[in-house]
Formats: sequence, C-alpha cells, structure tokens
Amino acid sequence: MMELAVIVVALTLGAALAVLLLDNLLAAVAAASAVSLGVAVMFVLLQAPDVAMTEAVVGAGLSGLILALALRRLGLARLDVPVSGENTDA
Amino acid sequence: MSAAIGLVFFIGAISLCVIGIAGIVLSRHLFRMVLALAIAEAGANLLLVLSGYRWDAVAPIVTGSLSGQAMVDPVPQAMVLTAIVIGVGVQALALSLVIRIRQRYGTLDMQEARQRMQDELDNDAGVTPPRSQERPAGERPIPAPAAVIDAGGRHD
Amino acid sequence: MRDLATLLFLGGLIFLLAAITGSLPFGHPPMLVGQAIQQVAAPEVGATNFVTAVVLGYRGLDTLGELSILFAAATAGGLVLGGVKSRGRAKAAPAAGFILRAGADVLFPLLLIAGLYVVIHGHLTPGGGFQGGVILAAAFFLPLLARPHESLSHTWLSVIEGLAGAAFIALGLVAMFDGAAFLTPLFDKGVLGELVSSGSLPLLYLAVGLKVGAELASLLMRLAQDDGAAS
Repeated sequence: MMELAVIVVALTLGAALAVLLLDNLLAAVAAASAVSLGVAVMFVLLQAPDVAMTEAVVGAGLSGLILALALRRLGLARLDVPVSGENTDA
Repeated sequence: MSAAIGLVFFIGAISLCVIGIAGIVLSRHLFRMVLALAIAEAGANLLLVLSGYRWDAVAPIVTGSLSGQAMVDPVPQAMVLTAIVIGVGVQALALSLVIRIRQRYGTLDMQEARQRMQDELDNDAGVTPPRSQERPAGERPIPAPAAVIDAGGRHD
Repeated sequence: MRDLATLLFLGGLIFLLAAITGSLPFGHPPMLVGQAIQQVAAPEVGATNFVTAVVLGYRGLDTLGELSILFAAATAGGLVLGGVKSRGRAKAAPAAGFILRAGADVLFPLLLIAGLYVVIHGHLTPGGGFQGGVILAAAFFLPLLARPHESLSHTWLSVIEGLAGAAFIALGLVAMFDGAAFLTPLFDKGVLGELVSSGSLPLLYLAVGLKVGAELASLLMRLAQDDGAAS
C-alpha cells in the first residue's frame, strides 16, 4: 500500500510537471487527463469510491474532451510542434 | 510506517496545488493557464478528501450488515463531489472566453492580447496611446534648429 | 531577478500550505458531524450510500446551488461562443473513418445503459446523478463525432434540461406542503438495499442526471462546431 501510494503520487506529479513543460499543446492536454486519472487512483486508496468515480469521469473524461475540442477549434491541435511557433511560453 | 503514508499524500496534494498556481501565474499562453487551473483544482480536491480520512476505516457504503465498523467521513466527500463538477463548469466557461479572445484579437499570448485590448479601448475612447518610446510626438522629419547649422560648420 | 521572485513566491506558497495542513490531524477527522451522520443515516434516510444521503438528504440545498452554478456556466459558455451561425456548411468537418463510425454505433447503447444504471443506483452503490449524467452526455455526443453533419436539436436539449431542473425544485417544494423543510425526502423509506428504497432520492438523482446530461451535451455540441475561423 505504501509503495503503491508512492508510485501513484510520483507519476501524478510527473504528469503535472509535463503539463507545464511540454511544447505540444495536445500532449499537454493528455498529461492533464493523466493527472486526473492519478488523482482518481489516490481517491480509491483513500477509501472514497464515489469521489474517485466522479473525478475519473469528469476530470479525465469530460475535461479532457472539452480541452481537446477547444484546441481543435482554436486550430492548435497539431501532432508536431512547428519550429517557429506563434505561441511563446514562460 | 502509518504516518509516512499520510506524509506522502500531503506532499502530493500540496505539490499539485503549487504546480497549478505556479502555472497560472507564470505562463504566458492563455490555454496553458486553463490547464494549470485544472491541475490546481485537482490538488485542492485531494486536500479536502485527505481531511476526512480515518485510519483502518472503510468507504462510507453499507455492505452486508450494519456492522459497527468505522467509516471515513462522508461530509468532505459530498463537498468534493460538488467541487469537481463546479470545476469542470468553470473550465468550460474559461475555454469559451479563450476561444472568443482568439477570434477577436487573433493571438493567445497574454501580453499581446492585453496590448491589443488596451489599444482598442483607447481607440474607442478617443485617447491617443502614450507610446513615447516608439513614436515620438511631432511631425517628421524633425527640422534642425537653425542656430546649429550656422554656428557649427567645420571644426578646423 | 524574475527567477528569484518566482522562487520566493513558490517557497512562500509551499510554506503556507504546509503550515495549514500540518496542523490537521491526519487519520482522525476532527468533525463530529460525520460520525453522527454515520449512526443515523441508515435508519433515517434508508440509503446504503452515505455520500448520497449527505448530498441529497442532509445537504440537498448545496446540490441545488451546484445545479445552478453548472447551469450558469453552461449557459454563459454557450452565449460567449455565439449561436449557430448558418453561414453555409462549406466548412463542415470531413466524415470520420469506418472505425469511429462502427465504434460509435456499438458504444451508444452500451453507454446509454451504463449511464442510466449509474444514475438509478446512486443510492445503493457509488455513483449518482452527476457521474451518470456525464456518461449520458458522452453517449449522445459520440455519434456526433462519428457523423459530423448530423446534430442534435438544441431546442429539445434545453427543454429536457429545463423540465428536469423544474422537477428537482418541484420535488423539494412538495415536501414543504406537508410542513417539512425544503427538499426533505418524501415517500416511504423502504427496505435498506432494495432498488426502490430511500424515498424520493432516486427520483431526485434522476432529475439531476437528466439535467446534467442535457446541459453538457449541448455545451459539447457548441464547442465542437467548427466555425472555420481557426487556421
């Protein structure tokens, strides 16, 4: 149980850092869904199945879907990042 | 051993909150700001559920008979249920606003969009934008003062 | 200089959060409300899922507030995005491939059944109106991804959403006619663990599920409309 908790927390934090550091926005959306999935697993470990189901459905499913649809509408859903992109990040 | 697992979960929740808030404050792209908002909300919900945990307790669902086994606190879980759904509503509204900003100003960089919004407001109000660094006031070309041309001349 | 300010800000934030959570006793929840609810929830409300009992029974007013916030956010999002501009369908998205079309045809009844199951069994097992509503919204949105030229009717979705929300409030008001408080569970409690039990809680969750599903399906449809302005 302790090892499982450490692994899940480490993976979730890695995905959260990847959201901020990745250049490709579609990959950042996938990483955000991975963060929600990791948090849902943590909710299961904390004996909260109702909250885990809600977080998995809403966070990983609906939120990821809304973000990807908005990306497509903005025209930024590219599988490869252009060399001279118009988006600059901190 | 049993206290360490609490420490691991708390470190995870606090780190998620901090990464989310740092992302909101430090990012220049508006879409990445919305993504960081989602991460910060997940971290905050995790902190709420952590406050209701009890050692060696089961989920708050009656299975089998009504035994007197200890259960985790169901009230923070009900609050987090509400919070997760509200969070996705806020993200949907934020994304609608980002799409409108992109349609209106053509850019998603925060500084650029802010500059263009300010220009538009100035134009609508009739105020000339104060851009003294880029475009000095006065007509072009600046006429040279007459005294310098006469008295300067050559140095030999 | 900016990096130093960034590091100071993050350090201060970590210190603040650690100080707040360090004083919380992990593993021994200090609230007494939870313990009291555990002892009286099963005989009083009749639901096996105590979280449902809290969400709909003891804190039903918070659920009404959450429905209002979700309604406001979805409506505002739809307003900001603009209405359906029928500027000619020349920029309609191309039809999806065979896998997506066949998969959507297979998945639609499965998702419908799964969503309705989760909504109706909300008072017995983990689940409820919100989870089931989101699954229903996904079930109705998936055929639109596969066949982009079709669309659901926004009018019908608004009608379903409005009627479901009104049903929720009406169920709460009916309790007031008997002299009880707003949103008190009606009907008989029934046997613990049966499908038809715990009074009007399944009906309330059914209203919530339909409202959330219709709302989110309408919002997803508006987001998915490609207005051709993106380049």
